[in-house]
Amino acid sequence: MRIIEMNNVSKTYSNGVNALNNIDILIEKGEFVYVVGPSGAGKSTFIKMIYREELPSSGSIHIQGSDITKLKSKHVPYLRRKIGVVFQDFKLLPKLSVYENIAFALEVIEEPRHIIRKRVMEVLDIVKLKSKARFLPDELSGGEQQRVSIARAIVNDPRVLIADEPTGNLDPDTSWEVMETLETINRSGTTVIMATHNREIVNTIKRRVIVIESGRIVRDELRGSYSYER
Amino acid sequence: MKGRTLVRHGKEGLKNIGRNGWMSFASISAVTVMLMVVGVFLLLILNLNHFLESVEEDVEVRVYIDLTATEQEQEELRNDLEQLDHVESITYLSKDEGLDQLIDSLGEDNREVFESLRDENPLNDAFILRATDPQLTEQVALQAEELNDIDRVDYGKQVVDQLFKVTNVMRTMGIVLVLGLMFTAMFLISNTIKLTIVARQKEIQIMKLVGATNGFIRWPFFIEGILLGVIGSIIPLALVTGGYYYVYNNYASRLSLDFAELLPASPLSLQVSLILLAIGVFVGVWGSLTSVRKFLKV
Repeated sequence: MRIIEMNNVSKTYSNGVNALNNIDILIEKGEFVYVVGPSGAGKSTFIKMIYREELPSSGSIHIQGSDITKLKSKHVPYLRRKIGVVFQDFKLLPKLSVYENIAFALEVIEEPRHIIRKRVMEVLDIVKLKSKARFLPDELSGGEQQRVSIARAIVNDPRVLIADEPTGNLDPDTSWEVMETLETINRSGTTVIMATHNREIVNTIKRRVIVIESGRIVRDELRGSYSYER
Repeated sequence: MKGRTLVRHGKEGLKNIGRNGWMSFASISAVTVMLMVVGVFLLLILNLNHFLESVEEDVEVRVYIDLTATEQEQEELRNDLEQLDHVESITYLSKDEGLDQLIDSLGEDNREVFESLRDENPLNDAFILRATDPQLTEQVALQAEELNDIDRVDYGKQVVDQLFKVTNVMRTMGIVLVLGLMFTAMFLISNTIKLTIVARQKEIQIMKLVGATNGFIRWPFFIEGILLGVIGSIIPLALVTGGYYYVYNNYASRLSLDFAELLPASPLSLQVSLILLAIGVFVGVWGSLTSVRKFLKV
């Protein structure tokens, strides 16, 4: 079952920058996909299109069969609940504990309290941070902080997890922790799309690789490696 | 919306006010100053209107009958006057009654001087006309002037016109002043709330990412706006109502001797208070929503 389908998607920003050209892509449910390419190639734009942070200038994007480019903006929040997003800089709230940071994602979509407690404990178990639930983000290592942000991204059980350079700020060891967590999540059936610059990870954990260069998909291999022309 | 959520929004709204103490203070002060001015002007204008209305009701046309007119001619004049358009009532005022009224209106001190006039009354007999509508007084007076056996026709229209001019100027001044102040208050409030949004930008970004609706994100700012408006209206409400009660209780009886009465304090202060509160809340909400809107574009 295809979960993401882009047809002939192009994006030109209002300042004239042409970020993506005629992108066609199919991503099946449960896939693990790396998106690689040089900086400024259009990776971020590609990723932002999926959770509708950006709209394409032309073309269509289907998520689970419905065209999100036609989505009214008041329905966007409900799309976002089906998609978890993780960033390079974690985006945790510094004054809230680990538990509260994760619970925040459910509170703002007005889930009942008993469900929040149950779900937060479940995802803390998945990211192996149960013992640090009461800690503040600053008291954790970078890898742990990223795992908190992953926990927050998956706490409402999204179909797709998007990670925009999740290991970009981390040293190699902690990067592996994060990858382990992403793999666990992927194994449970969540589709994972990860933009990355980390050659070692891509070449070690062999998965589908989509290479984007100057706004085009130049390579799409099922068990690819990290390489693109310079 | 669930009660728990509302409590959460309320807490956030309050926290936001504290987070930008000085800007909140500035917004609240702007609302306070604006509402003080609105309140004072409102009370003045309402009372002036009330006063004018009572003056207008007293507007009458006095048709003084020529001294040489016979009784029959007076009767004919009365018939003619009855034929005029827009005449509601006609009362006859003999010159003796007229003198009594004059003496009464001049007060005790001069009574003796005028009592001496009783034997040689210099006044004319008169008909007093009332128009069906005070605005038509002038028309009635002009028609009456055309008739025979008339010495002169008097009416208080000029005074009323003059008064209307004054109120209109006051009203315009008040509106301009109030609009200017309202604008300032809204501007300050929307700026204050912009600051709280900047302070919470990361939080809002996360809220949007995890699928919070715009309505949900907007609520705390909405509440913050209401609170700024309500807090800003406390002092004007207290001063305006308190002040009016004071004026009414201490001066109303004295003033009413010469002028029309002040509007009673009891319903008026409540009405004015409600208006002020409504304006305060409106300004607060408007200011907050205008600043949030830009930040919520998806």
